[in-house]
Amino acid sequence: MKVLVAVKRVIDYNVKVRVKPDNTGVDLANVKMAMNPFCEIAVEEAVRLKEKGIANEIVVVSIGPKACQEQIRTALALGADRGIHIEADEDVQSLDAAKLLKAVVEKEEPKLVILGKQSIDSDNNQTGQMLAALTGMGQGTFASEVVVDGEKVNVTREVDGGLMTVSLNLPAVVTTDLRLNEPRYASLPNIMKAKKKPLDVMSPADLGVEIAARLTTLKVEAPAARSAGIKVADVAELVDKLKNEAKVI
Amino acid sequence: MSILVIAEHDNSSLKQATLNVVAAAKAIGGDIDVLVAGENVGAVAEAAAKAEGVNKVLVADNAAYGHFLGENLGELVAEVGKGYSHILAAAGTTGKDFMPRVAALLDVAQVSDIIRVESDDTFVRPIYAGNAIATVKASDAIKVVTVRPTGFDPVAAEGGCASVEQLDVVKDAGLSSFVGEELAKSDRPDLASAGIVISGGRGMQNGDNFKMLEQVADLMGAAVGASRAAVDAGFVPNDMQVGQTGKIVAPQLYVAVGISGAIQHLAGMSDSKVIVAINKDEEAPIFQVADYGLVADLFEAVPEFEQELAKVCS
Repeated sequence: MKVLVAVKRVIDYNVKVRVKPDNTGVDLANVKMAMNPFCEIAVEEAVRLKEKGIANEIVVVSIGPKACQEQIRTALALGADRGIHIEADEDVQSLDAAKLLKAVVEKEEPKLVILGKQSIDSDNNQTGQMLAALTGMGQGTFASEVVVDGEKVNVTREVDGGLMTVSLNLPAVVTTDLRLNEPRYASLPNIMKAKKKPLDVMSPADLGVEIAARLTTLKVEAPAARSAGIKVADVAELVDKLKNEAKVI
Repeated sequence: MSILVIAEHDNSSLKQATLNVVAAAKAIGGDIDVLVAGENVGAVAEAAAKAEGVNKVLVADNAAYGHFLGENLGELVAEVGKGYSHILAAAGTTGKDFMPRVAALLDVAQVSDIIRVESDDTFVRPIYAGNAIATVKASDAIKVVTVRPTGFDPVAAEGGCASVEQLDVVKDAGLSSFVGEELAKSDRPDLASAGIVISGGRGMQNGDNFKMLEQVADLMGAAVGASRAAVDAGFVPNDMQVGQTGKIVAPQLYVAVGISGAIQHLAGMSDSKVIVAINKDEEAPIFQVADYGLVADLFEAVPEFEQELAKVCS
């Protein structure tokens, strides 16, 4: 079966973000960018399905500026077969991303679509669910285990109280949680090979989707800084401070 | 303006997060209806009707909603929510699962995990793991919003007298079915709403050592949390994870034991009123947000902490 994986280019997870002084957003100039960690897990899961003989083709798609092709190439180096880059300079919000992905789903007709559960920049946790709704597919969100069984897929989900397993009809949408797998590293020969793999570039217009931001960001601020605390010398002093100064115990 | 709040519950009792979401609805202003969807939810509907500020409780009681499958809830809420200006749910795993589906079915954007209401169309939410705070204006006719419960003080659970109305809407998308669940059982308070949380990280070394934290937790009536490192290492189950991708907590007191304080962990607890860090590495980033820091080996400090607490609490 064919698996479609969506990946997003985001700020590297280790970078301490800086809010722009004019409060229009976060400063991304000269900041290290990378594939969103949840998307890496999605790619890894697709590659494992291929290694098990369940998937026969992995198509990876990314939406955004030209630089996104770096992340598509990374996915190709990890084992995806071909890439689709939907070039869009504007701020593409979740609903539009889902509509673009829906158009790709209709073209490619994958049996399984795997996305990360959220991107670590916007922290929305929406796109997979919206795509599932628009395509009329079932959704296995926050997956920590995915088992394809004939025309069904069993997904174990991380929920507030523990774990919950659902069975979905294929085709279906799965979004990954951190514990689904441990992504591999791309080897140098695979990185070289990935340069030769096909990568189609298209525009939202090619897919018949009009980008229309429904949400306007009025301002972005740094969070209120916590005032510096103190170091205590021993446990007795700590308990005394908690009781008599902070009055929390 | 009319607001539909989707109740968070476990089919037998109303979760406190619902009261926080009603508080967010009050901040928006307008009539507040609460939808209770589930299976055998009579008691939940009664509890919701008593919550302060609730106008009407709508009940969708059917096996199709018993396990809160996103496909079925999505269709139900999109149908019921059509007549409202706002649809609100708690940003727990259930709300995060079905709400974007509702938004897509209604062809509107969703505003995720708001921590403040500026006006009926403008909301404040953290982005980049809480390292930036965005003020967002939504232009759609129906605002689909998930609410971070710790951002709002709950309304009173008693004192309201809303009417209860049964809905005869059954939406079974037929796309998914429930197979089973493995819920962690605990007598301690719920992590997300506990007044005191004590969390352990990689420094705990193994799952058995978490017993030390549990003893302290029992003494203080606290919930026990963990960092991702402790969960990934298999010390404790994932539902105990505090952070960007786990639970967001904002207790009166947060005690971080053997946790370095990575950005992703701080995203889940930095709104706590008082933060205590116990770590042997004095360079650990957790000390930059801790009100009280103790540089010590946790295996000596935690038992001593328990003894000192026992004196104070008795």
